[in-house]
Amino acid sequence: MKIREKIIEALLKVSALVTVLTTLGIILVLSVQSFSFFQEVSILDFVTDTEWTPLFAQKHFGIMPLLSGTLIVTFIAIGFALPVGLSIAVYLNEFAPKKFKNIIKPILELLAAVPTVVYGFFALTVVTPFLQTIYPDLGGFNALSAGLVMGIMIIPFISSLSEDALSAVPKSLREASYGMGSTRFQTAFKVTVPAASSGIVVSVILAISRAIGETMIVAIAAGQQPRLTLDPTVPIETITAYIVQVSLGDVPHGSLEYKTIFAAGITLFIFTFILNNISFYIKKKYQEKYE
Amino acid sequence: MVCTLMGLLLLAVFIGNIIVEGIGRIDWDFMTNLPSRRPSKAGIYTAMMGSVWILFLTALISFPLGVASAIYLEEYGTKSRLNNILEINISNLAGVPSIIYGLLGLEVFVRIFGLGGSVLAGAMTLSLLILPIIIVATREAIKAVPKSIKEASFAMGATKWQTIWNQILPSSFGGILTGVILALSRAVGEAAPLIVVGALAYVPFAPSTPFDEFTVMPIQIFNWVSRPQHGFSINASAAIIVLLTITFLMNGVAVFFRNKWQKKVKW
Amino acid sequence: MEVSQENNKKIKLQASNIDVFYSHFKALKNINLSMYENSVTAFIGPSGCGKSTFLRLFNRMNDYVDGFSMNGDILIDGKNIYDNKLIIEDLRKEIGMVFQKPNPFPKSIFDNIAYGLKIQGIKDKAFIEERVITSLKQVALFDEVKDDLNKSALALSGGQQQRVCIARTLAVEPSVILMDEPTSALDPIATAKIEELVYDLKENYTIVMVTHNMQQASRVSDYTAFFYMGEMIEVGKTKNIFTKPEHERTENYITGRFG
Repeated sequence: MKIREKIIEALLKVSALVTVLTTLGIILVLSVQSFSFFQEVSILDFVTDTEWTPLFAQKHFGIMPLLSGTLIVTFIAIGFALPVGLSIAVYLNEFAPKKFKNIIKPILELLAAVPTVVYGFFALTVVTPFLQTIYPDLGGFNALSAGLVMGIMIIPFISSLSEDALSAVPKSLREASYGMGSTRFQTAFKVTVPAASSGIVVSVILAISRAIGETMIVAIAAGQQPRLTLDPTVPIETITAYIVQVSLGDVPHGSLEYKTIFAAGITLFIFTFILNNISFYIKKKYQEKYE
Repeated sequence: MVCTLMGLLLLAVFIGNIIVEGIGRIDWDFMTNLPSRRPSKAGIYTAMMGSVWILFLTALISFPLGVASAIYLEEYGTKSRLNNILEINISNLAGVPSIIYGLLGLEVFVRIFGLGGSVLAGAMTLSLLILPIIIVATREAIKAVPKSIKEASFAMGATKWQTIWNQILPSSFGGILTGVILALSRAVGEAAPLIVVGALAYVPFAPSTPFDEFTVMPIQIFNWVSRPQHGFSINASAAIIVLLTITFLMNGVAVFFRNKWQKKVKW
Repeated sequence: MEVSQENNKKIKLQASNIDVFYSHFKALKNINLSMYENSVTAFIGPSGCGKSTFLRLFNRMNDYVDGFSMNGDILIDGKNIYDNKLIIEDLRKEIGMVFQKPNPFPKSIFDNIAYGLKIQGIKDKAFIEERVITSLKQVALFDEVKDDLNKSALALSGGQQQRVCIARTLAVEPSVILMDEPTSALDPIATAKIEELVYDLKENYTIVMVTHNMQQASRVSDYTAFFYMGEMIEVGKTKNIFTKPEHERTENYITGRFG
């Protein structure tokens, strides 16, 4: 019987170790291919060149255009999602009657479950034409539509994490504020929100990480023209959309063009990895405050 | 007040989305048609079959792996150094963009394992992607089982595994099922990792073995969205309706199980 | 401290020079106690004095507590149960336990009682059914539930649930039953029923019972041990402990000067 128990424990342990293998696999695959890439393209060029044209005859391998594309979209997304998401969180937590809450919360959950292709479709076929009525010079593919729709996608993310942070604030703080004669609004924004700030910051960082890594919305609506620019009205290309572009094409395995997706991938991975771990660190450090 | 307006704005946007989909309601018997260059003839049959295959295989792989990992983390070796590392690692994996999993799958499953752009490679890739979701959900479900049940089982002379198999798993099953269904619902909607792994955009046949090439609904939608003809836009809308129906159905079932299970867990 | 030898009574459980530590905290100090076969021994004492800890040494349930360590020997039928070669699962089939808060499994009454047999690998349905019915009769519950043994055990009252828990341990035919405040979560009527049951059971089982209720100890037990702050202050025949205790502290506790 003891042997059987030991075998079962070993099997369970192996299953758990698959997760470690996954991480190792990701790091290895990205590193090996990137290393091979950087044998042919200098890191300096990669970081400083202002053009990304690995698939053209005249090849440039500067990551900046893809990076700027990713960042513009992310910035727009967060710019939209943060105030809306936070407001919803504050409203749900501090003001909303139960009935309202019971309607909004499931809707938010549904929003979070929608496949991103659908958001992409929405961005391309609804948001862009709509925005074009306001601003006719807007490109058919552009960062603005993609960013706004991505914002919609992240709203449930920010609102639910922020709501958790807000509800973790002890009642005593709110009561102290009311006791001094503050209104609900004042209490919410001057006491509760600052008290939950670490949790809210964590939610924002995670949302940024999510936005950076998002693929389909930008692949459909933002364009396939890598371009180093701050203009949200022109087509651009994000890191993720580039990887999709290459994957759909006929790039031969082992070629330099093939390896570019790993170089792009490792850049993406590094960004999200750093962001995620910053958020874990903040969460850990400030969580003890209220325990 | 400002907040309410924003909330309503969101609702309006979402409803607007749905209305747009209404355009797609025209095509209905296109469910059994194969894709075609002519929009009016194109159907989602192969994509649907591909999605079914992916769903099935992914469930087969990720369910036992995820549950087993969670059992290990929750019941064996708690508080050890290894467990700490495993937990941090899983948190990190949960935040890795899905397309990176695609790159991993491309090199390891497609190339090194030699599986090519097959359903199996796709399913294995997605399994790794949703594994953290299943593990976290299962752990929560296991944690909810009262310690007194475990104590009583041990006091009766049951071994650790007997206690897990006879008491903990049956009691936490509802929560586990909820987590798995939600994770699979996410997998059904994924396109990026599968595109990288080599799911084709134009596949005129449904897979008949795990080693066949395939496509899935989200990729079919993506493909149609990228085509200029308006007919394809309608097709995309219709396919979206189908995809959303499946997604919301799965989520609904999961929530149903979650409520049912939570009622049960009133010790 | 040992109970004076009685003729014809075999020593079933024996603790020698027991110290128990939870990390650096010494929970039990130098406990020595022998308990006789087919008797009821009660452990009394104020909260936190270590009586539950001591009880749980006999089925090694303290093994699951972080930082637990122990000096000394615990012998059951003369065998050291902390020996490395001992299989804990076998030990627990000999030594049953009933907990303070009734904890039936979220299964049917039948499956609850059959559980102990199931995990031993017994598959004979007739045998299992017979054992379940016997156990239910032993705890005087059979008539109350015989119409539907498939009903969930959680649907029963507190007192009934506790009797299911007792029946559950009886089904594997242990020789010792450890009870950790078995009636403190029950109403007086249910409590009386359980006490009656304990009195009946002692004919065939060795019972050790931790209790907060001194009247219960004096009603039900043959021997009583008084614990205070991790030490066993006094032990003896229940009659003697409650009428002429030897130690002042014992007397103070019994007369309610502290609790």
